[in-house]
Amino acid sequence: MLLTNLTILVLAGFVGFAVISKVPNTLHTPLMSGTNAIHGIVLLGGLLVIGLAGNGAFNKVILVIAIAFGTINVVGGFLVTDRMLEMFKRKPEPPPAEDE
Amino acid sequence: MLATTFLQDPNFLRILYIVAFALFIYGLSGLTGPRTAVRGNRIAAVGMAIAVIATLLDRGEGNWALIVIGVALGTAVGVPAARRVHMTAMPQMVALFNGVGGGAVFLIAWAEFRNTGGYRLEPTYVAVFSLFAAITGSVSFWGSNIAFGKLQEILPGRPITLGRAQQLVNGAIAAAAVACAVAIVAGSHSQLIFVLMLIAAAVLGNLVVLPIGGADMPVVISLLNAFTGLSAAATGVALNNPALIVAGMIVGASGSILTNLMAVAMNRSIPAIIAGGFGGGGVVVGATGAGEHVGTVRSTTAADVAVQLAYARQVVIVPGYGMAVAQAQHAVRELAKALEARGVQVSYAIHPVAGRMPGHMNVLLAEADVPYEQLREMDDINPEFARTDVALVIGANDVTNPAAKTNPGSPIYGMPILDVEDAHSVVVIKRSMNPGFAGIDNELYTRPNTAMLFGDAKSAVSALTAELADI
Repeated sequence: MLLTNLTILVLAGFVGFAVISKVPNTLHTPLMSGTNAIHGIVLLGGLLVIGLAGNGAFNKVILVIAIAFGTINVVGGFLVTDRMLEMFKRKPEPPPAEDE
Repeated sequence: MLATTFLQDPNFLRILYIVAFALFIYGLSGLTGPRTAVRGNRIAAVGMAIAVIATLLDRGEGNWALIVIGVALGTAVGVPAARRVHMTAMPQMVALFNGVGGGAVFLIAWAEFRNTGGYRLEPTYVAVFSLFAAITGSVSFWGSNIAFGKLQEILPGRPITLGRAQQLVNGAIAAAAVACAVAIVAGSHSQLIFVLMLIAAAVLGNLVVLPIGGADMPVVISLLNAFTGLSAAATGVALNNPALIVAGMIVGASGSILTNLMAVAMNRSIPAIIAGGFGGGGVVVGATGAGEHVGTVRSTTAADVAVQLAYARQVVIVPGYGMAVAQAQHAVRELAKALEARGVQVSYAIHPVAGRMPGHMNVLLAEADVPYEQLREMDDINPEFARTDVALVIGANDVTNPAAKTNPGSPIYGMPILDVEDAHSVVVIKRSMNPGFAGIDNELYTRPNTAMLFGDAKSAVSALTAELADI
């Protein structure tokens, strides 16, 4: 299990580098807030752990907080990124781009 | 019944996770251009929804009420915040969202520790990754909160340091956190040690970000972003969840790339920035010799500048943090429109570290409807300054300082800058002659082709537009 996970980990790291390297400077703020939203995926961790048997009251409290934090991260992150990107998109369509 | 079993089949769930992370990667690759970016972000959001649904299917028993409470709370806070935030406040928003992500990570690790009785029956690697997640998550949470406080000006923006002892103290605390983690991996099941570890990481997060000056924020925000990503990936390994691993690693990669780009754009090493202290002046300023460049500064008026601009062929606007502070982006756009109506060619030169986060200026100008093609990156625009009639510097300082190229004694020597001084004429809009964040004199201001237009960015730019209308 560990080896499978490490394989995924390493490959994902390289994919991440390849994909993100192509993002232009101009879009770096939306990139940050978009990736921010994506790491809100820790929400899944909260959902998984709260599903385990044997969580006491204290655990339930901190997990509800964790789920709330994760949700803020995901929902807020995607929404704010969407708002920003709409601003980049709207207005005159760029002329058929001369390829750089 | 059959349907339920199928939906909860672990292989089916794994397929859903694979679909989810494929959508993340596909979505993010849309961020390479403004036209595909909106769709890309939405595709990533769909991936997230699928991942969440898969996780909810995964569980046999209830606790739905608690999940609903958590999600409802998060939505109630996150949605209005995301809808209402001003574009000028985007750096602190990103810091805040980053912080809650890190907070979720260390809370989950803590709950997992308690639930498993200190990893009693878990394989060692689960403990290792979970503890790594707890430390980085906690550092990221507290560090991001401090960054938020500084950007929101709840805390002073100037560096708060322990002086020379800083690195020693940071090192000792980091070592303490790691020592706690090692003790747990070695077989201690004590929650006290776990909590001590969280506290050490929390103190470390505070101490690392407090000494960072405002202008170094782009680096720190990127770095904290990378931290949260890596902590999410580690959580994924501990919980054996591929979607978490992939998503976390992508964010880790993105944060690392941005951190590195920002550091390169300032010609400083990441450790040097983290060591802090630069942003407030102090020791470094003495190195330049305060009175070294006593030249005459030429002050000008809005009317004069308006005439200059009106008869220019090409104008390049150089925005900086001062434009963000004054919320002058819309006024700038109005001025550019008025110039374009007169046939002047206008573009914007954006330094990678202008503002308080990567791409900060671009977002503000996009908000003001500046066409994407007019936003030019440093390497792209620099050769054009020589052909530029007027370079209009609005609230930018150190990124235009020629000392970075000419004065080896200057603390910013070697930092790539915008070659503003090559323009036929330079107009700098600035509130006063106060030096920039590094406390360095800007030689640009005493150059013969430079004129200073003193005033708040917004009112000065509006005054230019008004004068222009009268010509």
